[in-house]
Amino acid sequence: MPLFRNIASMVALLPMIVISLTVFVGCIIYSFVYSLTNSKLVPVINYVGFDQYERLFKQRKWDVAVENIFIYGFVFTIGCLVIGFLLAVLIDQKIRGESLFRTIFLYPYAMSFVVTGLVWKWVLNPTFGLENSMHMWGFGWFELDWLVNRDLAIYAVCIAAVWQGAGFVMVLMLAGLRGIDEDIWKSLSIEGVAKWKSYLFVILPMLRPMVVTAIVLIAAGVVKVYDLILALTSGGPGYATTTPAMYVMENFFSRANLGQAFAASIIMFISVVCILAPWAFYEFYLRNKYAAN
Amino acid sequence: MSAIPSGPRPKHLTIGRIGMYCFILVCAIFFLMPLYVMVITSLKDMDEIRAANILNLPKELSFYSWPKAWSQACTGFVCEGLKPGFFNSIKITIPSVIVSVGLSAINGYALAFWRFKGAYFFFGLCMFGAFIPYQVMVYPLLKIEDALGIYSTLPGIILVHTIFGMPILTLIFRNFYVSLPIDLFKAARIDGGNFIKIFLYVIIPMSAPITIVAVILQVTGIWNDFLLGLVFAGRDNQPMTVQLNNIVQVDYGVAEYNVDMSATILTSLVPLFVYFISGRWFVRGIAAGAIKG
Repeated sequence: MPLFRNIASMVALLPMIVISLTVFVGCIIYSFVYSLTNSKLVPVINYVGFDQYERLFKQRKWDVAVENIFIYGFVFTIGCLVIGFLLAVLIDQKIRGESLFRTIFLYPYAMSFVVTGLVWKWVLNPTFGLENSMHMWGFGWFELDWLVNRDLAIYAVCIAAVWQGAGFVMVLMLAGLRGIDEDIWKSLSIEGVAKWKSYLFVILPMLRPMVVTAIVLIAAGVVKVYDLILALTSGGPGYATTTPAMYVMENFFSRANLGQAFAASIIMFISVVCILAPWAFYEFYLRNKYAAN
Repeated sequence: MSAIPSGPRPKHLTIGRIGMYCFILVCAIFFLMPLYVMVITSLKDMDEIRAANILNLPKELSFYSWPKAWSQACTGFVCEGLKPGFFNSIKITIPSVIVSVGLSAINGYALAFWRFKGAYFFFGLCMFGAFIPYQVMVYPLLKIEDALGIYSTLPGIILVHTIFGMPILTLIFRNFYVSLPIDLFKAARIDGGNFIKIFLYVIIPMSAPITIVAVILQVTGIWNDFLLGLVFAGRDNQPMTVQLNNIVQVDYGVAEYNVDMSATILTSLVPLFVYFISGRWFVRGIAAGAIKG
């Protein structure tokens, strides 16, 4: 194929190539290089080796941030998957008002994280929120002080996030369920397999690509969680709900501690790669296997 | 994917079916409760909010908070409400959507029909960019924009939205174009069409459905963005989400929860409107964005 035929295509793709190289690759290299310096207010090349990383791992705040991201990642992912799958299965039962319910479960996904955070901040308000409602209804023992409780605040974040994101998983799963061959259902019902067993042991494994996609997308979103927490708890009480993303932003923009921010952001990046690499391998491997068949 | 239940209606309600409906209703209440609280809180006056249950309907409707949230609420020292943020968001969203969708359509077209050596390498690099946490890229990108002289300007934030929207949109367009019959393209080539002509006269007229999906995805995504607007838009172009957060998180004065909730509703009106009128297209956008091909 003569080269000139594709020159127009190359020119058209030039913005993408330039952006990929300068922004996506360039920024990582830049961040890594400056994470090895002791830059404070402005980026300066003054290498200190891996000092910033060492200091980072000694920070109590960073430990809390990492711990939080694990709790949040685990609860949010499991919550979204379980609730999303359950809702998809229920909606698949030819229920009445299906589209109404689907609309109800998905609308939070159209809302921004900031809005989600602010709404739940109000609902969980320790003075005027749901706790107060329960007290007014005579349930004096009811406690819902999560937002001011150091140990529980991160779970308030999880609830808000699941509320926002479960509908997304439901849509993915529902698309998968609707794609299941009618014959499979027929043979399952001839065999007399209970419906919940069919869903759990036959249909769910068939939805594996959907589940994997959902997990990867959720996990990639988990690492960058920032606006939700900023709106809901501002990282508090104290720094009890801080996350790596917040740690990075703080060090960049309010603490003027660029070296720390770069080091932390590189750690974030590496963790995303660790999430993605097995998935990419899986996808790649699977596609090759299918191609071979 | 039909919404109308098919097949015979179940003859009688079984226990299982009743349990199922109960579960769905409980979920629906959980998903609707924050929206309900938002709306009724915005219609109460502060005395009632302090005195009464957060879940009670307002005793008398007060519309005081709506105009206040729109044009008088304070963000820092400026008391102009959300109105400037609303127009800033429009100023940011419209050009960002046009530029990012247009550029990604060309990218997808070039990748689908005019492959050249290495094109897919850069596409892979670009897709990889979709998963890098923003925090890794904000600071270096800020430096790049600063060097270009567009940091903290409208073109600056538009460029950022174009960059971060590009991976997923390019993927969506490429997948759509790959699914078109290749013979159509070949026929156009035999008729003497070149890169630009085929795109203008053959591809664009066929791109309506995927363009709608892409536009919906981008409008909601950019409208709901917080982090990029915060860092790149500059003081004069702060989007609505940033102003909303500033209004609600004021440290001084008495918190006016009804104004906060009105502001929150106002901020989510655009994405909710897009969601409710686009319905199935929104769902399709999620599915298209999620399925990595």
